[in-house]
This record gives sequence, C-alpha cells and structure tokens, in this order.
Amino acid sequence: MSTPGDRGVVWLGSPSFPDAAREALKDTQLRANLARATSTIRDKRLAVASELDDWEELRTSAAAIKRRTARHLDHYLVQLEESVTAAGGTVHWASDAAEANRIVTDLVRATGEREVVKIKSMATQEIGLNEHLADAGITAYETDLAELIVQLGDDRPSHILVPAIHKNRTEIRDLFAAEMGHWGEPAPDGLGDEPAELAEAARRHLRQKFLTAKVAVSGANFAVADSGTVVVVESEGNGRMCLTLPQTLITVMGIEKVVPTWSDLEVFLQLLPRSSTGERMNPYTSTWTGTTDGDGPSAFHLVLLDNGRTDTLADTVGRQALACIRCSACLNVCPVFERTGGHAYGSVYPGPIGAVLTPQLVGVENAASLPFASTLCGACYDACPVKIDIPEVLAHLRAEVVEAERADRRAPTPEALAMKAAATVLDSPALLGAAQKAASLGGRALARRGRIGRLPGPLRGWSDTRDTPVPPAESFRTWWRKNRSQNEGER
Amino acid sequence: MRVALFLTCFNDTMFPDTGRAVVTVLERLGHTVDFPLEQTCCGQMHYNTGYRPEAVPLVDRFARTFDGYDAVVTPSASCAGMIRDQHPVLARDHGSAALQRQVAEVVPRVHEFTEFLVDVLDVTDVGARFPHRVAYHPTCHSLRGLRLGDRPHRLLRAVKDIELVDLPTADACCGFGGTFAVKNAETSSAMLADKTRGVLDSGAEVLCAADNSCLMHIGGGLSRKDSTVRTMHLAEILAQDEGAGR
Ligand code: SF4
Repeated sequence: MSTPGDRGVVWLGSPSFPDAAREALKDTQLRANLARATSTIRDKRLAVASELDDWEELRTSAAAIKRRTARHLDHYLVQLEESVTAAGGTVHWASDAAEANRIVTDLVRATGEREVVKIKSMATQEIGLNEHLADAGITAYETDLAELIVQLGDDRPSHILVPAIHKNRTEIRDLFAAEMGHWGEPAPDGLGDEPAELAEAARRHLRQKFLTAKVAVSGANFAVADSGTVVVVESEGNGRMCLTLPQTLITVMGIEKVVPTWSDLEVFLQLLPRSSTGERMNPYTSTWTGTTDGDGPSAFHLVLLDNGRTDTLADTVGRQALACIRCSACLNVCPVFERTGGHAYGSVYPGPIGAVLTPQLVGVENAASLPFASTLCGACYDACPVKIDIPEVLAHLRAEVVEAERADRRAPTPEALAMKAAATVLDSPALLGAAQKAASLGGRALARRGRIGRLPGPLRGWSDTRDTPVPPAESFRTWWRKNRSQNEGER
Repeated sequence: MRVALFLTCFNDTMFPDTGRAVVTVLERLGHTVDFPLEQTCCGQMHYNTGYRPEAVPLVDRFARTFDGYDAVVTPSASCAGMIRDQHPVLARDHGSAALQRQVAEVVPRVHEFTEFLVDVLDVTDVGARFPHRVAYHPTCHSLRGLRLGDRPHRLLRAVKDIELVDLPTADACCGFGGTFAVKNAETSSAMLADKTRGVLDSGAEVLCAADNSCLMHIGGGLSRKDSTVRTMHLAEILAQDEGAGR
C-alpha cells in the first residue's frame, strides 16, 4: 500500500491556502496579469461553447462515459494493457509516485541515455519525475513553451494549461537571456520581448534538443482501451516532435484517462479544445498505437499510474473528480483563482479541480485548507465540460476535514466549539430569541455612527474591509409576537 | 392556500424589515401569511463549513415546523438552495426513513420569494412604486444555484418609476461565501473590492438582491468606503407602495 508521503502532488512545506493567498494578493502585478489572462480566455470559451447547440448534450455524454468507465475501470485497464501489448508496446503498473519514478528511471537507464525530452504532462509533474531523473543523473528538458519558462526559472507551474500564466513578457525575455545558455542553445543577443521573438528563441533552443534526443517522456490525455491508442493533445507541435523523433517513448498516464472506444474519444475531442483554449479544434492531436516499424519510436512504454486514484474511486461523492480532462476551464472562471493565482494552492493541481483532487490524492489531513478555498459560487460546475459538481465535492471534503479533526484531537478546535454552541442555540427558538437580544445589545454597544467597524479576534479579517450593520432593536420574531400573534392562534 | 414564511435565522436577527416586506407584499396580493415561531435555521452554515451532524436536527426541525403548509416562502436564495439540494442528502445520509419522508414531503413546497411570486402566484406586477436608480446583483445561489433567471428582473421592471441600471460583471461572486469571508478574509476582500467598484460604476443609488447575506457583505464594503449607496433586499423594494415617495 502506498502512503500519501509517496505520492508527490503537493509541494512540501507549503503554507495553508489562506496564508499563501494573503501573500499572493499583495502582488498587484500578478493579479493584473491573471485578471487579464483569465477574462480573455473566459470570453473565448463562452463564445465557442455557445456555437454548438448540443453543448449540454455533449457535457452529459462526457460525464456518462466517464462514470461508466470508472465503474468498470478494472476491465478497461486490462483491455488497454492487452491492446497496447498486442501493438508492440509494454505496459507497466505503478501504485504510487515513487514506483512510477523508479520505473521511468530504470527504463531511461536501460537505453544508456542521460537526456530526455519531455512533453507537457500533469502526471509527471504530479510525481515529481524531473527531480527524480535529475537525482539519477538524467536531465529532462521540457519542450512545451510554458513548461520551458517554468523550468528555466526554477519555478513552479501555476496553471494546468498555462503553467507560466504568472509571468509577463518582460520577465520571460529576461529569463531566456539569462538561462537558456545553461541548458543548451543560448538566446540570441539583444532578444526583445515581442511574442514572435520569444517564440523564435524557444524554437531554436528546442530544435537542438529534438534532433539529438533518443528518449522522450510524455503524459496522455486519453487512451482508447479497445485499440490501445494513446492520445496527446497540444497546441505547439513540440509534443509531436517528441512523439515522433526519439527512439524510445515513455508515457506516464493516470489510470482514469482510459476511454473505452474511439467513438467515446470523439465526444472529448469536441469538448476539450473549446473548454481549454477556446478553440474549435485542437491544433495538434497525436495518436499512436504501440510501435510501427520504420515510423516513430521503436520502443513504447506505458506507465499506468494509480497514486491515490483508486482511493478516490472508492469515495462515491469524491470520485467525480477523476472525470477531469484537465481543460482548466474551472481555473479560468474561478473568482478565487483569479485573485490568488495557482501557487497558493500548494499543489501541481491548482484552482477548483485542485481543491477537490489534491486532498483526495494525498489525504484530506494533508491538504485541509483546500476544500475551504472557495465561496461555493458554482462557476466551476457550470464551466466544467464533464459536469463535475465541484461545489458538492468541496462541501463533502469539508465534512471529511472536520471529521478528521474530530477524530484526531483530544480537545475540539475553537471553531468546533463555536459550531456546537451555534447548533444548540439554533435548535431552540427560545435560545435563539435570547441570543438575538444579546446580539442586539452587544451590537449596539459596539456601534459607532450607526455601524460596527473593526472587530477583534477571528472577525478581524472580516472587519478589516467591511462594516457590520447594527442589529435591530427587535428581531422579527419579537415583532411578530407583539403584532401578529393572532395569526399564530389561528393555526 | 396556507402560506408560511421561513424568514431564516439570519434575517430574523439582522434584517426584520425583509420579513415585514415579504408579509406586506403577500398580503397586498391577498394572501394570509403565517410565521410559525418554532422555525430557526436551515443549517446552511453548519453544512457548508463541514459540520453535518450538527445540521441534521435543524433539517428535522425545519421539516416538522413547516409540515402541513401549502407553500413555504423564503426571502433567501441560498437558504432555499440549501433546503432543496442538501436537506434530502442530509436526511438520506442520516439514515432515518421517517426524516427522509418528512423532508421529501416539505421540500417541493419550499419556494424562494421571487419563484413564489412568478411561478406559483403568476404575478410580476405587485403594485410597487420605487422612484430610485436600482441595480440588481444576482447572487451565486440565485443565479447558478436556484437558476432564478430573469424572475427578479421581471418583478423589478414592473415596479413603477424605478430606474434599473446594469451592474458590471454582475455574475461574478461578491466574495462572501459564509465562513469563507472569515477563513479567507483577504481573498474575500479582493473579490469584494471588485464588486463594490462595479456597484459604484453602475451609478445606482440602491443595490438589491435576493440574499441579505451577500448584501450585508457588499453593503459593509460600501459603508467602509463611506459610499451613500444603500443595499436593500428585493422584497423591500417590492413592498414600497404607490404612496411611497422616498
Ligand atoms: S474539473 Fe472540469 S473544468 Fe476543471 S479542469 Fe477538470 S474537466 Fe476542466
């Protein structure tokens, strides 16, 4: 059995969400970058989603396909293994991050190579593969433009689709000029910060890697069980270079990415680009089935990663999170993510999906603040192409956090005591009436010029930016009893 | 029709005017309203904060208190959503068949105030007059939870002499989120700042909504900025009658 400690996912030593968010909010440049980027992509997504009159039906089908596949996951995974093997590939099973890293490292070692090129992949981020390869003396080169920026900056991704969303052009120019030379082809002298110039510098830098690398590592967006076809969806074409030029291809894929057939795939290939980049069709959709003589890699390894997913599957409410196709629509519409950015979530999976997936993968007690990092506004649920009811899962995980705290502590938390007291008062009209009188008196004592200003204790954060209204002299129930109680008598 | 008002503990304590407004409007439309005094709270705070066992007695109390009414009207979109979506879940998880039955009985008869007016009573003109510039904030529970759609707008458009103005980025969450505003106060404040800017840009004198909790949050932000924009529950606007000159 793997323990959460073997699973990666979270960045060790990360502060809780409220603390990290407080720091992130101070960065007004970051907030401006994020607000601009997310609002542009939001509008694009809405425009292309509304073009399809069967958008809602597509979402419903996608959710149904994912539900059915999850219910029979054992069957489809074994079928996938058989198809991939029959097509000339080799399938490996990894129960956690540590095992997956070991498998990939051994596979690379067996080729005798010390360098690999990488396609943008969340699964390899999740397991911290690059760091493990580095410990084994193997250098992994990220070839996705945004991942390259993150790698050169020794930074962390802050968005599923746009990992460098927190960086602006000037910062990227400076980074390319300073760092590219340490990793290979340096940036040209006098590099400007126009997107075309930056892309050209990256192209030249990466080309050298593509032409020399013998081993590539990828993730997978989907894998078709009945044919053994693996699918990678990307925008730049750099992924396709990695999938075709090297001799050995190693793909690390979460077990929830399997779909039964090609006709199931069709539903997702309509939903994914529109939800993620706001495009009607994805620019580079690569599919491969095992190996083909004289065409592409001659060795293909598929590493199927569990890493907390079967635990998640066992939770009847939480399992919906496994339907995620990593489109990042929920991040782009999330009012919390828009203000705090992705790093505050302390996980490779930020935003609403991160808040429901991370605690399930690593255990709620290891990410206890994340289910609370939401107003439950529901924008994510409306945007999600596979209809994951993220607010429902958040509320469910909040209850798990509270139950874990109850089980864990000898003394209840101050919050638990307050909630218990509130529950007692609220279950008694008489006590509620008394509390209303007390609130009215107390509120009046605190009021200045008809409002309550700054408050101490746990309400300090609230009262920093908001006045609180003064409670009325008389609650509604008191007024009703005085003025309308004859109605009560009629009952 | 036997109509009961479920005011919610929060409105009962902090915003009794909203309760009086609901009663005024419904009586003007010819209905008698009851306020069963055994009512307290729907359990939303406990549920949303993760304290489910504590919410169960409140679910039970709600079902008992409102048993036998033809309609239960509540001027809170978020509490209506809590009752409709979560009471059945809590009853089911609690495992008591009796509670499940009671909850299943009462839930279909619970209506948010604008739903009750538009869907049940089939009324949009409630005979109100309110000569002011007003913006409507669709709270998340009105918009995405209950999907109130244009019901509030239809009611407001029928108010005499009202000037309705658009609220910029109206569908964005105000940042309240119950205990979120305490646990993640700074993030909540950042969302609030954008919402209050939208309110000020709209030029409205009055901001209204179907939830006093969000209004208290937005109003608290406006008050801290010494803004003169008032916040009012939608029901309080609909309760202003022909004679109202203010
Ligand atoms: S949860 Fe839904 S919206 Fe968010 S990334 Fe996954 S599929 Fe996309």
